[in-house]
Amino acid sequence: MSTATATPAQQTAPAAAAARRPGRLRRLIASPLALTGLVIAAVLVAVALAAPLITPYDPTLPDFDHVLSPPSLSHWLGTDDLGRDQLARVFYGVRASMQVGVLAVVLAFLIGVPLGLVAGYYGRFADTVVSRLTDTMLAFPFLVLAVGLAAVLGPSLLNATIAIGVAQIPAVVRITRAETLRLRHLDYVAATIANGGGDGTVLFRRILPNAAPALIVQATVGIPGAILGEALLSFLGLGVQPPSPSLGVMLSSAQSFIAQAPWMAVFPGLVIVAATLAFNLLGDGLRDVLDPRGGTA
Amino acid sequence: MIPYLLRRAGQSLVTLVLVSVVVFLGVRALPGDPALAMAGETPDPQLVAAIRHQYGFDQSLPVQYWKFVSSAVTGNFGISSRTGMSVTHSILSAAPVTVELALLSLLLATLIGIGAGVAAAVRRGRPTEWLANAVALLGLSVPSFWLGMVLVLAFAVAIPLFAASGFVPISADPLDNLHRMALPALVLGSGMAAVVMRQTRSSMLESLSADYVRTARAKGLARRQVVYGHALRNSLITVTTVLGLQLGQLISGAVVTEQIFVLPGFGKLTLDAVTNRDYATIQGVVLCTATAYILVNLLVDVLYSAIDPRIRIGGAA
Repeated sequence: MSTATATPAQQTAPAAAAARRPGRLRRLIASPLALTGLVIAAVLVAVALAAPLITPYDPTLPDFDHVLSPPSLSHWLGTDDLGRDQLARVFYGVRASMQVGVLAVVLAFLIGVPLGLVAGYYGRFADTVVSRLTDTMLAFPFLVLAVGLAAVLGPSLLNATIAIGVAQIPAVVRITRAETLRLRHLDYVAATIANGGGDGTVLFRRILPNAAPALIVQATVGIPGAILGEALLSFLGLGVQPPSPSLGVMLSSAQSFIAQAPWMAVFPGLVIVAATLAFNLLGDGLRDVLDPRGGTA
Repeated sequence: MIPYLLRRAGQSLVTLVLVSVVVFLGVRALPGDPALAMAGETPDPQLVAAIRHQYGFDQSLPVQYWKFVSSAVTGNFGISSRTGMSVTHSILSAAPVTVELALLSLLLATLIGIGAGVAAAVRRGRPTEWLANAVALLGLSVPSFWLGMVLVLAFAVAIPLFAASGFVPISADPLDNLHRMALPALVLGSGMAAVVMRQTRSSMLESLSADYVRTARAKGLARRQVVYGHALRNSLITVTTVLGLQLGQLISGAVVTEQIFVLPGFGKLTLDAVTNRDYATIQGVVLCTATAYILVNLLVDVLYSAIDPRIRIGGAA
């Protein structure tokens, strides 16, 4: 009897989800803003991957014959105070940004999702411990936490990634916990438990796949946050170290030449805006398609 | 209401204790020995030992933690190893700058955010809504430090309307103070204005479709009265909460804004302390920041639950 009631219930949610998938993709592409975000993000990812192939200049090699040259045919975005090609540095800077954006979010998810699942599913002591730890981390404003971690770990791209990833963990824990609390009382989860499904099956085969839409939306929000975080930490001297190119490092050195060579500040900044805007647009589009309960406020 | 208040206060206290442990251990995890750094370039071992003893670095961690917490409770955060001055004095000197910056940013964000949010909701589907949404999205995507540089370039270098850096206390010269604080406040307030605009628009759309607004229209009230007297008034409950929560974010944003505009506030104090491995100042500043953050969140929660009883009932369940 229990099998007869459980089997359709177990199959309904994934089957219905699968049936909805093509519709969701079409709806995402049909939204001009989300499509714009998707295209810009794809271009930036392509630039990040192909950076060494698409620029003839070395982003770290000084050229003292072309110091602070304005944009021209040979240097499309001009050169910096050491004569380095700005376009090449922007391409490699995008590479660093994307690397941090993706890896920091992966790190936050690797730690945050299991913690959120455990807190939401087991409740009681586990929930209390995880919630207090999350509250403690949330008590530190993002930048204070990231600056503190970057200072403890030392300034580098990898450590900036770790600092930003760790700073994003509380948000991932909270969303995963909330989704787990909501899903654990649904019929198909109860049916799995009644059928003798272990905790692992319930958590990873029932709850996690159905929490995925909210988590995907959170990831698209986390990536621009991480891109901004990397630029900010590098700008403050706590991320990528010169002469390695990073959009934040470029803006930091542009500060001293803002009146003489405004292109040094304008182009890297525009690329950061494009990257964060792209993922914000994509995130808004995905939220509308995948997680309508999330609202748009 | 009382049990809810006690429970929230208890949770905040536990968080505060955990925060103090994290700050204490985190600072000790910083690379480099502060006693060696303070002893100069060719450190004499006896001098290093004396410094360790003077600052208590030679004691066990639990003893150091207890001393740190018991002093912090009385407002004593120790002596800065960089300046030799009381950390409490540095914090009290820096706090007014950051508080003024935060209040001015909050004012700008509220005026711009609520104004644009109401306009977008009332003129739904028209160019005004599209424009407000686009500007809000840009506000969320433009990094504050870049916006700061662009504004300096535009309004301090190209058109010298405002000062690019420096601070003058409001008590010394109010006009010069505003002249110097306008750009930093705009930079810090822009992201918050975008969040407030989106929240206001969303709440207003919900309010405008509610029954009481329909009733107000049906009984012949003027459009202005319906929008501002009924819909906006009810939407402000959620908007106020968002504003309260954003106050904490302002502390974070202040770090970089103060760095760009060379303002001697909390953010600059934090960065200088981290750069110079100034343990006592880092502990004091981060603990004060986290405490302020926790208290603001507690206050917002309590105010919100007072306004909307469903929150405390939901929380108790």
